Formats: sequence, C-alpha cells, structure tokens
Amino acid sequence: MDFDKLSVKTIAEKIQNKELKAQEVVAESLNRAKKSQKDLNSFITICEAEALKKAEQIDKQVSGGKGVGPLCGVPVAVKDILLTKGIKTTAASKILGNFIPPYSSTVVEKLERAGAVIIGKTNLDEFAMGASNENSAFGVVKNPWDLTRVPGGSSGGSAAAVAAKITPASIGTDTGGSIREPANFCGIVGIKPTYGRVSRFGVVAFASSLDQVGPMADTVESAALMLEVISGKDEKDSTSANVAVEEFSKIKAKDVKGLRVGLPKEYFVDGIEADVKKSVEEAIKILKDAGAQVKEISLPMTKHGIAVYYLIAPCEASANLSRYDGIRFGYRSSDATSLEELYKRSRGEGFGAEPKRRIMLGTFALSSGYYDAYYKKACQVRRLIKEDFDKAFTQVDVIVTPVTTGPAFKIGDKSSDPLAMYLNDIFTLPPSLAGIPGISLNCGYTKQGLPIGVQLLSNHFEEAKLIQAGCVIEANQKEVKKVPYGL
Amino acid sequence: MSSQSQIDKKTIQKIASLAQLALTAKEEDLYTTQLGQILNYVSQLSEVNTENIEPMVTATEMLVTFREDEVKKMLTPDEVLSNAPERSGHLFKVPPVL
Amino acid sequence: MDYETIVGLEVHAQLLTNTKLFCACSTEFGVGDNENTCPICTAMPGALPVLNKRVVDFAILTGLALNCKIRSHNVFARKNYFYPDLPKGYQISQFEDPICVGGKLSFLNEGKEETIGITRIHMEEDAGKSTHHGTFSLINLNRSSVPLLEIVSEPDFRSPKQAAEYMRYLRSVLLYLGVCDGNMEEGNLRCDANVSVRKKGETKFGTRVEIKNINSFRFVEKAIEYEAGRQIDLIESGQKVSQETRLYDPDKNRTISMRSKEEAHDYRYFPDPDLLPISVDNQWVEKIKNMLPELPLEKLKRFMKEYNLPQYDSEILTDKKEMALYFEEVAKNSKNPKAASNWIMGDLLRILNEQKKDITQAPITARQLADLILNIDSAKISGKIAKTLFDELATGKHAGLSIDEIISKNNLAQVTDTKAIEVVIDKIMTANSGQVEQYRAGKEKVFGFFVGQVMKEMKGQGNPQIVNDLLKKKLKGGE
Repeated sequence: MDFDKLSVKTIAEKIQNKELKAQEVVAESLNRAKKSQKDLNSFITICEAEALKKAEQIDKQVSGGKGVGPLCGVPVAVKDILLTKGIKTTAASKILGNFIPPYSSTVVEKLERAGAVIIGKTNLDEFAMGASNENSAFGVVKNPWDLTRVPGGSSGGSAAAVAAKITPASIGTDTGGSIREPANFCGIVGIKPTYGRVSRFGVVAFASSLDQVGPMADTVESAALMLEVISGKDEKDSTSANVAVEEFSKIKAKDVKGLRVGLPKEYFVDGIEADVKKSVEEAIKILKDAGAQVKEISLPMTKHGIAVYYLIAPCEASANLSRYDGIRFGYRSSDATSLEELYKRSRGEGFGAEPKRRIMLGTFALSSGYYDAYYKKACQVRRLIKEDFDKAFTQVDVIVTPVTTGPAFKIGDKSSDPLAMYLNDIFTLPPSLAGIPGISLNCGYTKQGLPIGVQLLSNHFEEAKLIQAGCVIEANQKEVKKVPYGL
Repeated sequence: MSSQSQIDKKTIQKIASLAQLALTAKEEDLYTTQLGQILNYVSQLSEVNTENIEPMVTATEMLVTFREDEVKKMLTPDEVLSNAPERSGHLFKVPPVL
Repeated sequence: MDYETIVGLEVHAQLLTNTKLFCACSTEFGVGDNENTCPICTAMPGALPVLNKRVVDFAILTGLALNCKIRSHNVFARKNYFYPDLPKGYQISQFEDPICVGGKLSFLNEGKEETIGITRIHMEEDAGKSTHHGTFSLINLNRSSVPLLEIVSEPDFRSPKQAAEYMRYLRSVLLYLGVCDGNMEEGNLRCDANVSVRKKGETKFGTRVEIKNINSFRFVEKAIEYEAGRQIDLIESGQKVSQETRLYDPDKNRTISMRSKEEAHDYRYFPDPDLLPISVDNQWVEKIKNMLPELPLEKLKRFMKEYNLPQYDSEILTDKKEMALYFEEVAKNSKNPKAASNWIMGDLLRILNEQKKDITQAPITARQLADLILNIDSAKISGKIAKTLFDELATGKHAGLSIDEIISKNNLAQVTDTKAIEVVIDKIMTANSGQVEQYRAGKEKVFGFFVGQVMKEMKGQGNPQIVNDLLKKKLKGGE
C-alpha cells in the first residue's frame, strides 16, 4: 500500500469509493511510524489500537453506504499538545508525562468527525517552546532530509512525520513560527491561520494571545483541506472568530493577474544565506510570471519583533504554566512533605530548562515595578508592529518573505545559547504578533540539498489569498526533490 | 530599562520563589546570566516612542463572546479526578496547607 | 486625645447565577465533592474560560443601583498566586478596568440618612475550598469559578456602627436586586475592612490595616472596634501601626497578623488574553436600567409619604422586598395601610418568628390579612374575634380558604341584629336579677359584669356598641 503520491483529498475519496480500505492505509501509516521511530523520534505516542479500531469503523460505515467526511480514513498525526480523550497528552513535558485527558480538543473532535484517523501524537519542544525540537522531554526529533539536523520546532514531529511520508498531513501549533519554521526545514507546507480562525479549546496553552493550531501537509491543497476542516467559531473558545470558512481546498493554481505582492525590505537583509535568497527570489519570479505585481514595501518595526515576542510570550506562559502544580494531575515530586515543597519540587523537577527559563523571564517582567517597562511596553510596540502590517495591506495583498535566514541547522548548534535560538524566529514572529495568517512552503534547496521555504503573509482571515499564491508557486516550481529518508 | 544590573542571583531567587520553582545552584547561575542577556536584548524597546499607544493585548480586535447561563455537565467527579496524583474519595489530597 | 476611626469596606457577594463565571458547571450548593467541576474550573490543560453573560447583567444592575458609572470598556485580568484551592494558579478578576466606578450609596444609620462613596465594583471568580486535617489537606473545587462581585467603598466610614449599617443596607439592596442571597453564614456575602485611625482634626490618613474574613454584621462592628482600639493603643504607647493584613478571630474577638507589607503578594496582574475585552454599550445599560427595582431606601421614603407610616415601621417593612410587597398588597386591598402595618409589625412578625419562617412562607396570605382588616373595618367582626381568627389562620389549617368562608363556617361574624342581642340581654338579666337590682339601686359598677356576661353568651360576636346601648337602655328602663 503506497499512499506517498496521494493527496489527502484523493485518499479520502478512494476510501469513500471503496478503492482503498481505511484499514490498509492506516496500517501502513502505523507501520511507517513505528519503523521510523528509532531514526526520527517524531512520535511520543503511537495510537495503534485506537487507530486500527477507528479505521475498521470507517470501513464499516463506508461499506454500509454512509458518507464519512472529507477526511474519510485519512491517517493524520497530531502534535502532542492537543488533548485527545483517553490518549496520553504530554506537551513533551515530564510534568504531563502520564496525563490522560478526560476530554478532547475541538480540533481533534473536528478531525474525527471528518473521518480522520489519528495514528499518533507527535513530538515537539516542551510546551511548544523552541524552534528546533531539541527541548523535548522525549528526545530530539531528527530531520528526514538529514538526520544530523533539527526538523525545526516546535512542531518538529508533525513536520518530520509528513516529510518522511508517515502521514499525508498533520496538525501543528504555531505561536511564533512553530508551524512555518519546521515546514520550511522539512520541505513541506505549513499554515498558521489567522489568530481566532481555529479553536484553541483543548490545546495546552503556551502563550494564549499567540497560539494557533494549523495544518501541515505534503501539498498546499492537502493543507487547505485540513484547514477547512479545523476552522470555525467554537463557543468553547472566546477568542475564536465568527468568520465564514471558505472552501480552501477548491482553490487551484491559476494566473494571479492583479495580485499585489509586497517584499518588505526589512526581511531581505544581509544575514540571509545566499541559497535562501535565491530560492525565495525564484518563488517571487513565479508569482510575477503568473501576473502578480511585485513591489517593495517597508515594515519598520520588524527589528523589534523578537524583543516584543520574548516578553509577551513568557509573561503569558508564566501564568499559563502555573496550573502544573502537582495537585490535580501531572507530575508530583515524591518527597515533598509541605505544600510549598510540593509546588517547588514538582515544578522544579517537572519542567525542563526552556519552560523554566520562560517562566522566570515572564514572572520577572510582570513583577511589581517592571510591568510597565516590560510587559506593557511590549504590548504597545506590538500594536505598532500590527499597524505596520495594516498599512502594508492597504498597498499589497500578499507579503513574501524568507521563513528563516538559513536551512535546518545541526542538532546541538544553538541549543546552548537561548538568545541565538530566539533570533532564528525573526521573520515568523512579527506576523504572529499581528495575528495575521502565514503559509510556509518549499521553494527550493540548498546546494547540499536541504529544503528551503518561502513565507507568504496576508491580512486577517485572508488565508484564501495565501493558498492561491501558494498553489501557483507549488505548481510552477522548477525542481521537486525527493526526501532522502526512505521507509 | 537597562537590565544587566537588575538581574542578580538574589533577584533570581526571589523570582523563583514567586514562580514556585525549586532551582539548583547551577540553574540559578545559568538563569542569572541568560535572563540578564535576554533582558539586555529586549531593552532595545526603550528606543521606541510609545506615547499614547494603546497596548495590544491580543492578536485580534474582536470583542468577547458570551455564554448563556445554562448548566451543562461535562465530566463526572471520577473523570475530573482521574489524573490526580493523590485523592481521598472525590477530593484532591495535598500535604498540609497550614 | 480623641481619635477618629476611618474604614473602607470591600464586600464580596456571590452572584445568584445558574452556572459559574467561566464554565457551564452548576453553582448549586451542597452537592457531592467535586460534583460541579469540569476541565475549566479545575484548570486542566487546554481549558478556556467563556464568560457567563448573566454575570455582566448582574454587575451592571448592581452598579446602577449603587449609582455607579458603567464603563463601556471592560477587561479581565489574571491575578497570580499559588494556593491549592486556586487551580489555575491565578484568579480571573478585574484590575485596571472594573465594570463600575464612582458610585454612592445612601442608607440609614440610627434613623439618619448617610451617604458613602463606592469606588468600584468588579467581577471575579471564587476559589475552591480546602479543608485541613493535620497531616494533609483536601481540596473541593465545587466553588471554584463561582461568580462574585467585589464592591469596594471609599474610606468614608467613621464608626464601626456606620460600617455595619452600610453592610446591612447593601445586603438588603443585593437581595432586592435578586443578585445575591445574602447568606453570610455560608460565606455568600463577606467582607474585608480597611481600618486606620487618626487624631481628630488631622487631615492625613493613618496607616491602613486590612482585616480579612469578616462574615457577620456583628463581626463587622466588633472587628473594626477591636482593630481601631488596638491601633489607638499602639499610638498612645508611642509605637507605630504597621501596614499589614490581619485576620479577625470571632471566638477571641481580636485580630491577628496574617502577613506584613513586606510579605505582601506580588500578584503580577495582567490582562487575560483568553478573554477579549467586553464592550458594554448604552443599549445594554438601558435594558438593565429597565429591570432596576425600587430600592429599599426609596421605598421607605415612599411608604412614609404614601402610607403615612413612621420611619421605623417603614424601615422594617422595606428591609426585604418580599415583606414590602406583602405589606403593599395588604395595604392596597384593605385600604387601611396603618392597620396593615400594625398587623404585620405586630402579630405577623411574632408568628413568623415563632414559626421560624420568612415572609414568603407566611401562613396567612396578604389577601387573607387584607380581608381580615376589611371585616374589622366594616364591623363584621370585632377586634377580639379578629385576633382569634388570626391565630387560627396562623396554624395553617385554613390554607386556601377565604376569610369570609372561615367566618361563616365558624359563625364568627359579629352580631348587629338588635333583636338577637335583646334576647340574650333578657336572658342574662333574668338569670341575674340580684345584680339588676344593685344596678338600679345606683351601683353602676355592675354594668361591666353585664357586658361580660352578654359577650360571653354571644361568644364575643356581639357588636360591642350595640350591646352597650341596648344593655344600658334595658337596665335603666326597668321592666
């Protein structure tokens, strides 16, 4: 059973038409997942029994003549930060190491209702804090393009699983680039939807004003279909938006005459590696050839994105992570005799280095006497960053930028220097702070054959424009390399 | 917002206590340095004129949506307590508070 | 040296909603342990708060009743601290942007109207409950995220009594509004007091001490009284009052130090990004304004004017909305407000007290009491019969019957038929010829004896005026 070349839509159709059996597809996906584990480590939990049972149910429904849904029998991998009822959900932290949620996230419920089969929970940076997937209590994930390199983070497992053809699509979350950056490092497509497009209910919170769930997939069309399924207002999430969900999966590559494309000069700077620059320029040329008007724009606040993000996200995280106290669930230190010891030890032993660092940073920035200078100031500059984009989108429809300055880096290269790691997010943070959507898709390779992506951005709730432009780039790409890692 | 001086080991200990985190001596040293570096980096924000700029707290300009005052039961007490490290009947059990 | 006590109160009122502030769990009291809990109020990973609209309605209603400005831009903030009954490690409250500001409340203190300022009212969630058992503690989260209003007064009180009277009146207002059940024993209404003292004539405030955990009107008064005394003693002995939080211990009637200013929490408030700002527009406020009932003090003033009642009576009759309603129904239907007030203030309150019932459970309906008064006023029954009838009704045996039915069923109507009365008088005079002789001989004192005998014979139903007149005529007339 080989589904490598099939899109999500085709797999679902073939299962619905009885050309394929969900059980075959799911079993193959599970096999690949298990086989890949020792090389890639992209899963924290593989839900074999549950997945096979679900696949059997779907096959039964299909043979009973029932229409199952747009993801009928499609195996998907879900980042282990989305709650799955009855299936361990860890956020890659020791502190949630054996947490079995009694409820599911809205996104997981939507996937299941659409007929998707969750084959496993993917590895990530602990609490989604990281850009390399090296901060996981369950070990580093490796990049299928080069096992000595990181897959990116924090949705590293979800990216690697798709890149290694374990599942045709997966679910990630993006707070400051956690979908776009690993998609870029792994040569796949990742969409960070508009803040509010997808429900956050049942998603372990890192930074509430930034977290957004999104799809990762082999193709733009597959990602678009996944997005269509998971989007929409959820009454359980006050911040989810009551905005109509378009039929993203029906968007096809066509000419984009009249599409106004902006290139922010602050994103095309000296620090960008030549291969990245070349590939992104190729993507821009494809759009131009398809009729787009390209112009330079300016987003002057770009340089402050990292500073703003690394204040706001840790502040929110410091409060979001207070519930991990060893009382109602999660890790409890065994030798605490007083309540204070219980708190301090459970949290001290349960959290890894990065969450602790961010809790410390956020607690400090919110503490008495520093609030105005740090948190409030950051929120003010955040508004200026958003206003940059507001202004830009009066002139252009889509903004094109690199995703990162270089391709996937070597495991261990940046892990000892948190600031260096944070700087990696320079191009993905400002859009997150503004709440606008972004797509990252492959547009070329380095000389050594590592994938390089391009980031497209649009105004709030204009994902359709990104998908449109993404389809054009994808359809006209000169060369598509095959991932060297084979299963 | 010059910060290098704001972060010393004593501050780190105070913050760790506020955040209820037990840190090893090594961690204290590490965070003293790293937080100092990060705060030094973010101090660039003081260059930005933010006079009369309304802080932007969330990434959307939308307003909150409400819930009607209707009871819906979601979980049983057993489900709520299913992950409790220690319990007594349907109560969570912890070391003495007082 | 004379001192002045300065007090500000922070009152917490639990709101009478069906569900919690941020989740759809029931707020019902007295259910099984952790029965009313869910991922949201137990702070499971991934849980998100969704605001109960009725809480905002109640906050606006309370704000309007307390003459506050209702702010259109509202933000919830996270107040960070660790405690086992605070599952998220932060309480969702309002900090910089409370829903109501700048109000005032007038109330009666020893019969005099006084007004104090309301600084702010904000919405927040309650914590759960920890019980302590020596070597361990147990946590019940049924109460976690139950909605509260915190009503903060200006430091306008100058005596413990005044603070307690305000608290009493505020409770009455909250009950009128139907937003809180006012039950202080269960902690559904509680307060913290900020107390300082200064020498008379001084304009600067003294150092403020916060007293926590006051859960009865009596304790409001006693705790403040004790604390003011303690502070005065410190100053008099040359010591300084230190800014701190103290706990009131009602058993020993004293306050004990809980934490000093240095140990004060650093709550690290910041806007809750899970809850977007709430916009309260004019339309919303107007809608709630229409729901605003007449408040106790307005009602009291109206009762005095409209029904010509004394202030004291009006105060008692308006303390509870249901009582006022009962009174007005009796007053209107009987067309005799004074009698209505007398019956309620006297016999009805006595019976409710005896039977440990509140006005809504009164064994005598307002309709029955009104009819009773109408019957007295039309001389159909005597005052004495009315009392008997009232006590009879109070047993609850006649539920569902109208007064007229009971009167006729029990033959209680007053006899005004002169013929019938004459028959009785004749009978009594015949049987007591000796006394008749005495009367006629000038011993007029025996007249009372005859009245008594006639009334006894008539089971008290004879119209006293007619009995008197006929008796006089007959005794004098001589036959």
